[in-house]
Formats: sequence, structure tokens, C-alpha cells
Amino acid sequence: MLSTSFTGNDLLFMLEGAWATLRLTLWAMLLGTLAGVVLGLLRAALPRLTMPLAWLLDVFRSVPLLIQFVLFNALKSIAGLEWSAFAVGCVVLGIYCAAYCTEIVRSGVLSVSANVNRAARSLGMTYFQTLRYIVLPMATRVSFPGWINLVLGVMKDTSLVLWIGIIELLRASQTIVTRIQEPLFVLCIAGLIYYVMSWGVAWLGTVVEKRWQEND
Amino acid sequence: MMAGAWVTVETAVLSMVFGVLIALVLTSMRQARNPLMRGFSNAWVSIARNTPSLFQIYILYFGLGSFGLHVSSWIALLAGITFNNAGYLAENFRGGLKAVPETQIRAARSLGMSALQGYRLIVVPQLLRIVFYPLTNQMVWAVLMTSLGVIVGLNNDLTGVTQDYNVKTFRTFEFFALAAVIYYAIAKVIVLAARLMAWRLFRY
Repeated sequence: MLSTSFTGNDLLFMLEGAWATLRLTLWAMLLGTLAGVVLGLLRAALPRLTMPLAWLLDVFRSVPLLIQFVLFNALKSIAGLEWSAFAVGCVVLGIYCAAYCTEIVRSGVLSVSANVNRAARSLGMTYFQTLRYIVLPMATRVSFPGWINLVLGVMKDTSLVLWIGIIELLRASQTIVTRIQEPLFVLCIAGLIYYVMSWGVAWLGTVVEKRWQEND
Repeated sequence: MMAGAWVTVETAVLSMVFGVLIALVLTSMRQARNPLMRGFSNAWVSIARNTPSLFQIYILYFGLGSFGLHVSSWIALLAGITFNNAGYLAENFRGGLKAVPETQIRAARSLGMSALQGYRLIVVPQLLRIVFYPLTNQMVWAVLMTSLGVIVGLNNDLTGVTQDYNVKTFRTFEFFALAAVIYYAIAKVIVLAARLMAWRLFRY
């Protein structure tokens, strides 16, 4: 009963899948954070003018990610772009990230009180100096836990890319299940890998947070 | 597709109702003295929060098969989302419970209320107010998560119906764009309804 046809090679295959998951997360976070920081700053600085932007980003948060993947994949074919599925996955996840990250950054920047801003300005700092030396460092600390949560969320959402044909952790385990017919065991291993990855990110988050709080 | 949208909403609402009930049980279990109960609920919450919801649905759909338990894809989807919701909501409830100061329950007790009355009349109304917004969020999430049913072969919810049409006609972009619009509308209706409810419920 306890014998299994799960081999070391299968485990390697799953770890490769996990690596794909991690890479996707990394790219998506990179794209999403860069766009999110810029858009978030814009949203905080010009709330009226950028209202349409908020509506647009709201769409990406209210439509299932799965549908976004399919739509973008179809759009890619219609537009005749020669992108790999991996690139499509990164871009869709990146936009999705950006939508959330914008809100996180915006609330972080808004949490810096206006008086701090005024104090910096009256010390003779320019607008960009204030932003760079005063507002951003303070906003980062506020936004960081939210950002880590976003990383965790995105890592879990990468499992949806199997629909557009990228072999990531869950798809890899499914492939193995199809061959050796032991779904529970293989899926438990996949779950364990996901759990460990999430745990690692969460741990990293706490370490960084603690470090930043040292001179509070 | 409208019928599919109805199935989607139905599934989401059912999963939310069960999710809230289980989350309340989990929250109270997490404060229990019995380490077994505490361990169980902690394990539930951390698994629900640290693995993808698609993975949870997979486990229920494919994994239960190895015990000879064959569930339909709808049941697997519903159970998966409920499991996920319960985990997230339990965490929200815990945060909400922390925000209600302990002195409130002591004050209620010293006014002669029983423990149950204190919880029912004092703590829960305040808790509800704090967790109301996360609850709405989770509801939207639940609707979005129902789209995962199509991966385990559900074919009568919104995404499933769309996929059916897609396979028949190969008009992927048109059908999925329509589905996206419907999902967006559902999400907006939920948010709007929640706002109206909040305005009605929390007037004072």
C-alpha cells in the first residue's frame, strides 16, 4: 500500500515547475511594482485627474484572472504578436499586480501626513527631494506588509497560467498524476512546495520589516 | 450565459454562507484551550491561506478520488471555495475580535448579561461592523474564484458556458470579453449592494 511509483525524476520535474512559478512571480512582481509605484504616486498626487486610471485598474481587479489570461492570449493571436505563453503570463500577471500595487502605494503615500510634507518643503526641499527623501521612505514602511501580501497572492495566482499552457508547479504535478495515477500523494507534495514557498516569502517579509523598525 | 452567471452567483453565495459559518467556528476554536482544536483550526487557516485555491479544488476533485469518493466538479468547486473563504475569513474575524476591547465583554457581564448575551448583543454587532468591508471583498473574491470550476470540468457556470461556446465556435475573444463584462457587472453590483447595506445598517 505504501509503495509508490513516484521517482526522483518526477520530483525534479515538479521542482522545475516550482522554479517556473517563482520566475513568473518574480517577473510579474517586477513589472507590477514598477508600474504600481509610478501609477500609485500619480494617483496620490493628482487624485482628480487620474480617476479614469482608477476605473481602468478596477476592471483588472473585478474580472477573474483566468478570463484575463484567455482574453489576452486571444488578443495576442488577433494582434499577430509572436509572444511565448510565458511572456503572456508575465504581462497579464504584471498588469494584475500593478492594479493592486497602485492601491497599496497610493494608500502608503497618503498615510504620510500633509504636515510632514509641508515641513520638508519649508526646509527648502524641492518637490522631488521631498518625495525622494521624506515621503517615499515613510510610505515604504506602511506599504510593505501589503506588498508582501500581494507577492503571496500573486504566487498563488500563478497556478492559473496552466490554462494557457505553461508548465508550472500545478501543471507539472497534474502531468505526473496522469501518468502514475496517485493524485493525493502527488498533490500533497505540490501543496507542500507551495506552502514552503509562501512560508519563505512571509519569513523574508517579517525579517525585512523587523529590520526597518529598528530605529522607529 | 445569463443562466451561467446565475450559477456563478449562486455558488459564490453558498460558499460565502458556509464560509462565514465555518470561519466563526474556526475563530472560536482558535481561542479554545484544547490544543487539538487550536491546532486543527490553525492548520486549516494556514493551509487555506498559503496554497492556491486552484490547488485546493484539485485536491478535492482528484485527491478524494483515491479514497473512492467521487465528487462532481460543482461540489469540488463549492467545497474548495468554501475551504478557502473560511480560512481567509477566520483570519479577518480574529483581527476584528482583537479590535473589540476586552473591557466591553466585562462591562456587559457586569451589567448582568450572560456570556452568550454579551457576545450576541455586544461583541458580534461591533465585530460585524469591523469585518463588513473584508467580507464584501471576500464575496467578490468568491465570485472570481468560481471561474476556476472550468479547470475541473464544470460546464454550467459563467466561465464553463463561455468555454463551451468557445469550443463550438472558436470565437474566443468575443465570448470571453462578454464573460469579463458580466463578471465586472456582478462584482460592481456586489460592491454597490454592500455600500447600500452598510449605509442602512451602520447609520449610527
